[in-house]
Amino acid sequence: MLQTFFNLEIIGAAWKILLAGLGNTILLSVVVVPLGLFGGLILSLLAGVRNPWVRYPLMAWVDFFRAFPPLVLLIFLFAGSPFAGFEMSGFTCVCIAFFLNTGAYYGEILRAGIESIPQGQIDAARSTGLGRLQTMLYVVLPQGVRNVLPDLLSNTLEVVKLTSLGSVVAMPELLFQARQAQSLTYNPTPIVLAALVYFVMLWPLVRLLSRLENRALAQR
Amino acid sequence: MSSWDRFVETFFNAKVMAKYLPDIAYGMVITVELAALVIVTGLAAGLALALLRSLGFRPVNLLIVFVVDLFRALPPLVIIVFIYFGLPTLDLSPSGFISTWLSLALVLMAFSEEIFWAGITSIAKGQWEAARSTGLSYGQTLIHVVLPQALRLTIPPLTNRTIAITKGTALGSVVAVSEILGMASSAVSNSYNPSPLTLAAAAYLLLFFPMVVMGRWLETRMRWKR
Repeated sequence: MLQTFFNLEIIGAAWKILLAGLGNTILLSVVVVPLGLFGGLILSLLAGVRNPWVRYPLMAWVDFFRAFPPLVLLIFLFAGSPFAGFEMSGFTCVCIAFFLNTGAYYGEILRAGIESIPQGQIDAARSTGLGRLQTMLYVVLPQGVRNVLPDLLSNTLEVVKLTSLGSVVAMPELLFQARQAQSLTYNPTPIVLAALVYFVMLWPLVRLLSRLENRALAQR
Repeated sequence: MSSWDRFVETFFNAKVMAKYLPDIAYGMVITVELAALVIVTGLAAGLALALLRSLGFRPVNLLIVFVVDLFRALPPLVIIVFIYFGLPTLDLSPSGFISTWLSLALVLMAFSEEIFWAGITSIAKGQWEAARSTGLSYGQTLIHVVLPQALRLTIPPLTNRTIAITKGTALGSVVAVSEILGMASSAVSNSYNPSPLTLAAAAYLLLFFPMVVMGRWLETRMRWKR
């Protein structure tokens, strides 16, 4: 059993491949998390616009990308773009897909945060002479973001986990590298090792989140 | 041919779509089956674990927390790949369908246990004590007092989480499950035209868009009437 799933010899041979994968997973996360946050920020700011020509298309946009499995979006971009006459690298596809998909999720969370700030504060800020943008930046967002911090963290955890989809479009991230190593060695140890790396990397965040969530729900 | 025509010809090719429509429809059936299995077993297991946790055996609870953390931290695709490619070395050969079902059910179990548990703990201790002192047994208190209130509280987060995890059925295409995306991908390589993917996108929207809208509706409704 240990020979099969935790073969030390294979770990010795495969750890370098996995380390490179871990590096790429971290790099990919560092790129796509801000990208998704940026997309979400745009959506959440637009959500404040009351004009029905903005409001309903925006809602449809968000629901559309929340209903769409990210892998389908990714495959659509990756397999479809060559037919449209331009080839995109796996990395580009992952970036676009994450911007659209995780942006929609971040957008919903940030919108809830912004809406949690009472109108009175906005009126007060405006009447002291702050502009709309200043009110947003200095009054609403700092408090709003703090109010939804657990949700933001929870979504970030999901985004980091989601980078494993990159393996499907041949991005050499942790899962992809593990599968390469597995098919070279005919042994599942590299996959177990990759799972272990994911777990060790993300466990602290999961612990923190479950404490934050329990507290939030218990306070109601 | 104008570039617009070429675009339509490429992504909305009626002939290709008509040819592969039955395949995609078959994929939809598989997706729905898989999703239903994941939802039922995942939620049932999650609730069972939360109830078990409420009994308060410390070693058992530590184990539950660990299992929950494990399946919250691991990407679903990693679990699927492990079950599908890793277990055959033990002479167990789960099919792609079983691997995907098992993986997603475990993930949903973990997330829903967490939510159910938060719901149960949100009920004030005084209610437990009051119910027990009126002569209700532990089980009766749980079923008639605590769960009705706790479950109500958990419905919005649970719905959203369930949708997000159920969307993961598309991951089955990686381990050769003939669900929508899998069928569409093979149709694309057979026809050398991406129209089946457009069809697949439409199929996913048909299944999940109503669920997302319902989740949004539940969220607002529950927020108002709390």
